[in-house]
Amino acid sequence: MNAYFGRRYMMSASHRLNTPVLSAEQNRAVYGKCNNTHGHNYVVEVLVGGEVSPAAGMVVDLAALDEAVREQVMERFDHSDLNLNPLFADRVPTTENLCRTIFALLRDALPAGRLEHVRVEETENNFFECSAEG
Amino acid sequence: MIFLTRRATFSASHYYWNDAWPEEKNRQVFGRCANRRGHGHNYTLEVTVAGDPDPVTGFVIDLKWLKNVMEREVLSAYDHKHLNLDAPEFEHAIPTTENIAIAAWKRLEPAINGADGTAGGAKLTRIRIYETPEIFAEYRGEA
Repeated sequence: MNAYFGRRYMMSASHRLNTPVLSAEQNRAVYGKCNNTHGHNYVVEVLVGGEVSPAAGMVVDLAALDEAVREQVMERFDHSDLNLNPLFADRVPTTENLCRTIFALLRDALPAGRLEHVRVEETENNFFECSAEG
Repeated sequence: MIFLTRRATFSASHYYWNDAWPEEKNRQVFGRCANRRGHGHNYTLEVTVAGDPDPVTGFVIDLKWLKNVMEREVLSAYDHKHLNLDAPEFEHAIPTTENIAIAAWKRLEPAINGADGTAGGAKLTRIRIYETPEIFAEYRGEA
């Protein structure tokens, strides 16, 4: 039987929304306060799908999932400045782009076809989701 | 189509153990969850139904009715119970979060999707069980 297992991870990072394509004034107008460097406590929710193993009753090896998230996400982003990360060298580290980036990193680290969605919560009031559909 | 979700909480104890495995393997796979005296959680059950709002009432489903169904079918069986000992579906299946989500679906699906029309045509689409605020399992009725 196919089911899904989800786990929520916390990470803290700083970012600044600014694109070289726009002037300083335009960046200000588009991004407002987010044009200043600031930080968030992000929640990264990872949902993995698969067959529930009859012997263990589980969809995923939790230790292996934790390890993939630690290696691909936490060590890369936690307590860092996202703007300095090479993955954001040519992309603004909006939470939309962060969500997509994390989805791609985990999709490649986990067994094929297992990652169902990634949700990144930037604050308690806004979050972004990325799924296998694109 | 509107998706509507109702939450409820229950508290229960459980342990993980596969009788077909030696003790050592149970300890290795399940860790502390294999402690035979069990342990407990405050679970959150999320029930999502989908449907179109009724043209007269504007409801996808009567939430009071859904609350009563959740209490009758799931909470009365699981709340303040030991899942391994008190719920017949876990006599031979391990009450992991995944299996609880599947079992809750099986308990709710006949009442919600039943032919008596009490759910107003809304269909059960998703069950989520949160074991802690950080860990949850989801079942969508897939084979």
